[in-house]
Formats: sequence, C-alpha cells, structure tokens
Amino acid sequence: MRHFYNDLSIVLGGAAGQGVQTVENILMAVLKREGYQVFACKEYMSRVRGGSNSTEIRLSSKKHRSYVRRIDFLFAMDGNVVEHLSDRISDRTIVFGEQSRIKEYATLAHFIDTPLTKFASEVGNPLYANTVAVGVILGILGAEEKIFHEYLSEFFSRKGQEVVEKNIEAAKKGFQFGKNTAYQEDIELGFPRDDKYAKELLIDGHTALGLGALSGGCNFISSYPMSPGTGVLTFLANKGKRLGVVVDQAEDEISAINMALGASYAGARAMVSTSGGGFDLMQEGVSLAGIIETPIVIHIGMRPGPATGLPTKTEQADLNLALYAGHGEFLRAIYTPGSLEEEVALMRQVFDTADQFQIPVFVLTDQYLLDSLAGMKEESIGVASSKRHIVETTADYARYAYTKDGISPRGIPGFGRGIVKVDSDEHDETGHITESYSVREKMMAKRMKRLAAMTDSAIMPTEIDNVKDADILFVAWGSNKGVLEESLALVRSKKIGGLHFSQAYPINPKVKEVFKGKKIVVMENNHQGQFADLLVRECGVKIVKRITKSTGEPFCVEEIVDELKKYA
Amino acid sequence: MPETEKKKFDMPHGTDIAWCPACGNFPLLNVVKQSLSELEIDPSNLVLVSGIGQAAKTPQYVHANMYNGLHGRALPSAVGIKLAHRDLVVVAESGDGDMYGEGGNHLTHTIRRNPDITAIVHNNMIYGLTKGQASPTSEQGMQNPLQPDGVVVEPFNPMAVAVALDASFVARANIGDILQTKAILKEALAWKGFALVDVFQPCVVFNKVNTYGWFKEHTYYLPDDYDPTDRQAAFAKACETEKMPIGILYKHERSVYEDALGIMGEHPLYRHTLDTEKFAALVKSFV
Repeated sequence: MRHFYNDLSIVLGGAAGQGVQTVENILMAVLKREGYQVFACKEYMSRVRGGSNSTEIRLSSKKHRSYVRRIDFLFAMDGNVVEHLSDRISDRTIVFGEQSRIKEYATLAHFIDTPLTKFASEVGNPLYANTVAVGVILGILGAEEKIFHEYLSEFFSRKGQEVVEKNIEAAKKGFQFGKNTAYQEDIELGFPRDDKYAKELLIDGHTALGLGALSGGCNFISSYPMSPGTGVLTFLANKGKRLGVVVDQAEDEISAINMALGASYAGARAMVSTSGGGFDLMQEGVSLAGIIETPIVIHIGMRPGPATGLPTKTEQADLNLALYAGHGEFLRAIYTPGSLEEEVALMRQVFDTADQFQIPVFVLTDQYLLDSLAGMKEESIGVASSKRHIVETTADYARYAYTKDGISPRGIPGFGRGIVKVDSDEHDETGHITESYSVREKMMAKRMKRLAAMTDSAIMPTEIDNVKDADILFVAWGSNKGVLEESLALVRSKKIGGLHFSQAYPINPKVKEVFKGKKIVVMENNHQGQFADLLVRECGVKIVKRITKSTGEPFCVEEIVDELKKYA
Repeated sequence: MPETEKKKFDMPHGTDIAWCPACGNFPLLNVVKQSLSELEIDPSNLVLVSGIGQAAKTPQYVHANMYNGLHGRALPSAVGIKLAHRDLVVVAESGDGDMYGEGGNHLTHTIRRNPDITAIVHNNMIYGLTKGQASPTSEQGMQNPLQPDGVVVEPFNPMAVAVALDASFVARANIGDILQTKAILKEALAWKGFALVDVFQPCVVFNKVNTYGWFKEHTYYLPDDYDPTDRQAAFAKACETEKMPIGILYKHERSVYEDALGIMGEHPLYRHTLDTEKFAALVKSFV
C-alpha cells in the first residue's frame, strides 16, 4: 500500500515534440481549478524534437516552491525517459508507461503498464495519448471529472466540437484506468483542496516578469531572442501591444541595448531581456547608461556558460558579469527575485528605481525560475505609482546640473523649451564635451554620490525561520529561495536560520548587523561562489562554507537538507 | 529670413571646435544648420544623434537636443528615440567608419525598418580621429599606417548597398558644392522614411589622395532627366566607381516603421500610463 498525504512528486518525461508540455499545461490548469496547491519545474534538452525532457509537478498541502529529486509517480512516454532519469528512480517510484515502449520495465520495482496510445488509438488518434495520461493521473488522485471535462472543452474549443468530444472520450478512458489502478494497487492520496487555490492565477516565471514589467510602467522592449531570456520578450510582444508597449526585435544585442537607451533618453520606460551570451554584447551599453545617466532595465535569464554552455539548463554564474559589466566606474543595482511573486514585485519596482537614480538596473533570473509554474494570489499583482521622475525643461535647462544628492532633474527632448544633450564623452552640466580635469572630478563625484541613497534604500534580505537566535545562517540569492525555505522547514533546527537576498547589489549596510556573530554558509548555483565573494567584499564576513553546484541543474531539497543536517 | 532665425542652431556661447583648420566638416556643419533653419525646424524638437569620430562631434556644435552615443550605434539609438517620441525630428550624423564599419549591421537593418530618420554620413575615405587608418570606403592601394603597402580589400559601396536593400531615399553629395549639398539635405530631411545621404568631404590632414580637387574630378551631376524612382537604373548608377554620380539616386515611398509597428495607446511614451482596466483583464486571464 502506498499513501501520499502531504507531498507528491509527479514527473512527466518524453522526447521533445511528444507532448509532455501539453500534458503539463492541461494537468496544471486542471489541478489548480480543482483546488490543489501545485508547483511545476522542468528540464529540457536543446533540441526541438527528440532527446529526453521532463517536468516535475508537485502537489502539496503546504506551499512548496522547489525541486525534489525524489519521484513518486513517473509517467514515461518512452524508454529513454527511464534511462535519462535512472538516478532519480527508486524502489518507491511508481512508473507508468506502455510496456511495449519501455524495454527496461522488468528492472523497475514498480511498473504499471498503462495503455496510453492503446486508449488513444481506440478513440481515433494516438495524439490523444496526452489527454489519456492526464486522465490517468486525475483518476488516481480521485479528482472531480467534471472540472477536467470543462477544461478540455475550453482548451480544445478552437479545434472544433469533434476534437473536444474525442478528448473527453480519451479523458474518460484514462480516468477510469487511473481510478481502477489506485484501487488495485492500493494507492491512497489525500490532499486538501481549497477554493482559494482554484481562484489563483497560474503563471510561469516569464509571465511573472512580463506582468511585473507592465505594472511597473514598462512601455518599450528591444531584444534579440536567446533562451531563457526570450520569454518576457514574447510575452510583451503578445500581451503588451494593446497596452501601448513598443516592441522591437533587434538585429543583435548591441542594437537592442542602444535602441532601448535611445528610447529611454526620449522618455520611454525601456528594458532589454537576454541571457549571458547576449548580454556580453550589451556591455558597452551598460557603460553608456552609466555616463549618460539614462535609466534602463536589463533582464538576464541565466544559463550555464561559458560561451554556448548548456543552452537550456540552469545556473547562477552571471552575477559577476552583471556586477562588473562595462568599462569605467559607475553605479548600478542588481535584483535577484527568489520566487514568482518576487519577480512580479521587483519588476514593478525596478523601472522606478532606474528612473529615480538614472542608472542601469539588472534583474537576474535563471532557467529554473523562469520555467517554473505555480499558483499565485491575484493580489500579488498591483500597479506601481506612476511617478516618472521627469521634468518639463525650461530654456536654461542643463541635463547634468550639480545637485546635493547627485541626481540631476531629468528632462527629455520635446517636453519643454530646453535643450537636452547627453554625451558619452565626459561632459559639463549642459552635456557638452569637456576635457577639463576639474569638471571631470566634479562629474565623477556627482555621479557616484547617488550610491549613498541607493545603499540606504537597498532591500534587506528576507529572514527565514529564526535568524536572530541562530548560530548558523544559510544564505541564498535569486531562485534558491524556495529550496532553502522548504529544507529549513524540514530540518527544523533552532541553530540554523536562513537569509535570502532579492537584491544582490548594493547591499544594505544594516546587513552587517544581521551577520554579526553568525557562521555563514552560502549556497549558490555556480562553481566559485560569486555571491559569497561579494559578501566578503561588501560586509567583511567570513564564509565557513560555500555550497555550490554547476551541473546545470537546480539544487534539490534533498541535498540542501543533507547540508543543513551537518549543522543541526 | 531674419538673422536670429538663421542663427538659431548656433551654440549660444560659441564653442571651441575640435576639428583641424580647413577640415571638410566645417562647411558641412554650416550646411546642416542652414538646411535645418530653412526647413523651420525647432531646435527643441530636433534630436541630433551621433556615434564616435570626428564627424560624430558635429552635434556638439549645434544648438539642439543631442544624443552622442557609442561608436557605430547612431542608428539604433536614433530608432529608439523615434519609437519613443515619433514627433521629434531625428537626424543621425556620423562618419564612414561609424556608419559603414562599426555600425554596418545596423545600417542594413535600419534600412529594412525604414523609420522616418535622416542619416548624414561624412565620407572622407579615411579615419581621422584615430589618425589616418583606412576606412571602409578607402580605395584599394591607399597607403596608411596599418596597410603600409596599400589597402587590399574592396571599398564598401554604401549607395549600391542602400539601393539593393530598397532604401527609401538614397543620395550622395559633395561638400565642394555647398548649394547642391544643401538642396539634397533639405529634401532628405523633409522625406518621410529613412534617408541616407553620403557626403564626400575631405580630410585635409590624413587623406592626401581624396582632396577637394579629387572629389570634383571623380564626380558628376546626375542629369535633370534622371528618374530616381527607377531602382534598376539607380543600382547601375550606384555601381559607377570611376566617376561617381552626385544627387538623389533613388527614392521609394514606403510605409515607415513607427506606422507599420501599429503603436497603440498614448504616444509619446513619456505620457504613457498603464490602462489599469485592460491590465486587470489581462491578469484575470491567468486564473
């Protein structure tokens, strides 16, 4: 007998083009509508067809936003899946698949021959196998069949009544099989269902960024496609146009950032989105933004490098890239959202930060976070105040006027009677080129002066569990928030607390007090421990251990639990 | 025209111009300012965009909005400005190295987009700012510090490339003829669509070959009956290299990028605010 009460990990695996994505989409949408709490993340190969891709769907009674290595149910579309995921399949994994397609079935501790294509063919087309698979899972769960059918009707309505009916037929066959299997195999599942989850939004990391950008007043994006940075560009191209967003697919990343800066100079709230390799090309633009004091938001969806690296996998190795990009000295801010909710909230804020301080602002995410999918409360998405930090110019306007805090009122061309000159050369208050040492000194001081206000307003890290009384602090940034939260909750040691940084730079000086007297362990998805280095530099702390991982996979709960136990 | 109008693009307090005495950039600067004045363009509604180089310093000496960006990037910056605020008059002005070398890819794709922007390219067939190296338009055989035995690669032919890409407006001028240059520039500035004007202009310090005299000898005026809407004829003219034609080579009215994009909502973008009702409906679509 197998009981699953609080936490179930379902993994769907198949070749690219086999429909794993469709199964995930339908299953996640139906599970959410049924009132379950769900989270999904995926890993895939850099190919359009073939290979072996998988999606993990977690059903839980508590809110979990992390990847577990453990697989409870594996739905394998073919034998490659079993091979690809062999180190995650244990004696406790129940594998569902068609015996004829999975030659390794005899080696599996618990295999259930599941007639996915057989049922589909009976309905009329092997393509319905995906719907059969969803049916099997929902049947095992004992879900409400009516909600499933309603969803299928909506999902396939564009394809006509026949397709809808065939899908429902396939769904029924799968569902009945799932129900029977649960009974025969004595599988029992008990998960609380709540209407409040049914009312949540179901969004992925790309959508979260896009909604956040829109709510922050973003109205311009120019970019060149590169995974995993393309998603937000696609989102804004499809959903943003009706809201007045101007979208340009640039000829290269160099053009993209220079175009966005031109737009920003002329008054747009502009962003670019790319990955590390594309951002390499954008670096000149970051330096330009620094000297012309023109706001820009730069999203880097990180993936493993160097060069082409592992194009579809995940890593957090571009923190140093963002931190040091561009020649010369100038200011920047780097945000590192740890969840879908933080993506929305930070994207809403960063356009304001960029405008307020007239600086380049980075948002660092990664493939894992961007491709994760979960329910989110609608209230998480608000609309930012529309303060634009722009002045109407007068005839005597000077773009780089010296001020007490270093922030010169920002005029834009065509708004007011003044002339707005911005210059990549060192310049005087009017923006006119200069080679005067004394003007250079004053301008550098003016530009750097803004750091004080930026640092004081930097976001404090989120404290997880009891940080105050802990001896040891586990520190994470970016996408590792969920895995740290869940692992700490599992280990439950009063000796260990967690800190998550959603802003990596600048670091609020008050952080030093939080660190005082604690042993610090930093976990991050890269080889060297780039954030650990930054903490040493900025806070003067000693790091007792760096937990790093640069395989291209995210951390799983199990490995962080193991690390925590060493200190518990 | 009153004197004040003529001088409205002059820098209010005068300025120290960083060009060499007798540089071909001086007459071109004057012609640009005159053309803008005669077209009654308002300095506060004009943005001069440039990259890097001696030619790219031109906006420094004009009383108008200025975006002096990076080497090769005048055009992407100009496109961004136009898309954010389409009522602005946007002129990109840079040299042959900037527009045809470092920014060659951007030229290609800006022609494809066809924004309502004028690009003025100072073509002196040499690098001035970096002291005398070959430019993309330098002729074969030209000796210079980096090719002491002479340039071996073919020169870039901007006119032929532009016509091949079906650019909206393609013209070449010679600053040796100020009146004709002004006439061409005024037509380019008034043109709706992307207008490329390549202007021959000598570098008196580093280029001892392509002088005022050389440009006069190696050019001729397109005849009065020349039809600039005939693309095949324009391409044939653009490919002439012994004696090069001066004038408007090609014109093709095409829809401009900012229209074709179908920009919706409040424009210019600095006045844009989020339509909260539409946004709420979008959010709801994810339930």
